Amino acid sequence: MPLLEVEGLKLHYRGASGDVRAVDGVSFSLEAGTALGLVGESGSGKSSVALGLMRLWPRNVAHFSGRVLLNGVDCFKLDEGEFRRHYRWEKVAMVFQGAMESFNPVLKVGEQIAEPLLQRKVGRKEARKQSLELLDAVLLPPSTYDRYPHELSGGMKQRALIAMALVLHPQLLILDEPTSALDVIVQAEVMNLLKRLKRELGLGIVFITHDIALSSDLCDRIAVMYAGELSEIGGADGVLLRPGHPYTQKLLAAVPLLTEEKEPEFIPGSPPDLTSPPPGCRFHPRCPYVFDRCRVESPPPFPANEHRARCWLLLR
Amino acid sequence: MNDLLSLQNIRMVYQARKGLFGFTPVVALDGVSLSLAEGDTVALVGESGSGKSTLARVALRLVRPTSGRVLFDGADITALSEGRLAGFRQQVQGIFQDPFSSLDPFMRVLDTVEEPLIIHRMGNREKRRELLYQALEEVRLVPAKEFAKKFPHQLSGGQRQRVAIARCLVLRSRLIVADEPVSLLDASSRAEILSLFRELQHRHSLTFIYITHDLSTARQFAPRIAIMYRGKIVETGPTSQVITQPQHPYTRALLEAVPQPDPSNRFRERRVGFQETARE
Repeated sequence: MPLLEVEGLKLHYRGASGDVRAVDGVSFSLEAGTALGLVGESGSGKSSVALGLMRLWPRNVAHFSGRVLLNGVDCFKLDEGEFRRHYRWEKVAMVFQGAMESFNPVLKVGEQIAEPLLQRKVGRKEARKQSLELLDAVLLPPSTYDRYPHELSGGMKQRALIAMALVLHPQLLILDEPTSALDVIVQAEVMNLLKRLKRELGLGIVFITHDIALSSDLCDRIAVMYAGELSEIGGADGVLLRPGHPYTQKLLAAVPLLTEEKEPEFIPGSPPDLTSPPPGCRFHPRCPYVFDRCRVESPPPFPANEHRARCWLLLR
Repeated sequence: MNDLLSLQNIRMVYQARKGLFGFTPVVALDGVSLSLAEGDTVALVGESGSGKSTLARVALRLVRPTSGRVLFDGADITALSEGRLAGFRQQVQGIFQDPFSSLDPFMRVLDTVEEPLIIHRMGNREKRRELLYQALEEVRLVPAKEFAKKFPHQLSGGQRQRVAIARCLVLRSRLIVADEPVSLLDASSRAEILSLFRELQHRHSLTFIYITHDLSTARQFAPRIAIMYRGKIVETGPTSQVITQPQHPYTRALLEAVPQPDPSNRFRERRVGFQETARE
């Protein structure tokens, strides 16, 4: 049984000019001890998938449906109290985008890590001990416990956030753009840490990024998201080396390479307005290979196995 | 050929607060020299805290260096008063990292791009409109008339950055200092902005200082690279040489850290350990 199974997840928001179809039928699964990269441009619905998994959707949700199974338990069927007490943070935890700026500035970092433990009636001494172990696990010195957030560098804050997410020993960790505010060397250090945690704690990781190159640093499987749908999903080798969907090919062509004399290309146009996504394949207005069928009929995933892409070209 | 901009032995020391009353000096730039001829592009690459943004501020003369000289077009502008810098300000413009905070949310694109023309008293109203629509077209915000009426929140990150570029173009600036202009954009917009930079540079023979922490975009855009570390330029040379034969261990760590799309990456740790020993 996979750690996480998502089936037909939909999450629509109420907007001023109609419902925004931020997540529109997303399915994937994740085994323990592996990482799935969720890759796409800004506004493709990646963060909304994460909010869906945490059941933290905002008030203006117009519609949600689908199934999210954690260890076979359908999380959407649980009532909120049950989910809050036994699932959120305990089984599935998240590091939010831009969370580095959301520490409480007047509380010591260690106290902020230990807080959920105290809430759960763990004694002060024991909470401190467990927090220090976590700091060690994310390669921060024990002195970090008694520091204030402003005393930490960006990379240290990001590590502390990971420690905070891990405090109740979740099996699934969602990371939303955890390194986009860091420079490359610190980013590489955080990625090294995530690789270790995946291996040593057997964590399942959903890694959200706009950078397909960065996703290859951690992820065993990669899902490419476009306009609320998964346009392609498969093993990292398949998606990176033999991408089936033109959008994935374009994303890869946009990556500046260090060793090849190849100009990065950009994708003309911009992602569609999700209140009224284009008919047929949602990528068709920007696709260089578009033909008649793409404009009218939405392609199902081909072939329906481990590596699949929603593109009519694959049927030929 | 004369240099357009020449930074000579720049030292910049800030006074950081220590305790309640004390101050401690922080050396942000420690004897940096850099020269650019008209039409040159150089990439300044380093991590946060390496002094690259401070150098940008000195090159833009937003701050006066503690010591050293700043020459623009042969004239010493190190200590000029703000009033006498007006000519320089027209010719040298900055583009900054965060297009979400660098544009005034209450100003339409039109007002944002026209403002520098008003400040520098260029043209009458008609002439200004003509220049601004021309600039919007050049940065491919088309149809220009439509984009001119939009507010920043109606634009994507890439489009906002193009508004910032249009602001430089209307003034016919000669030198552009771009401080991490693409680091908050996704890969496609990043490629688009950099290709736009290159196109404009060729058309107007613009001079560029491109500041980044990412060697892969530096390679894409700049023929010359200067690597900064702890307030000093530790390595400089033609881009291809710096990337294929890095001399300084810090350059090697920067190269090792660049994410590249390779599925085997997930099985190895990146060797960026130079950093951990060097940082206090």
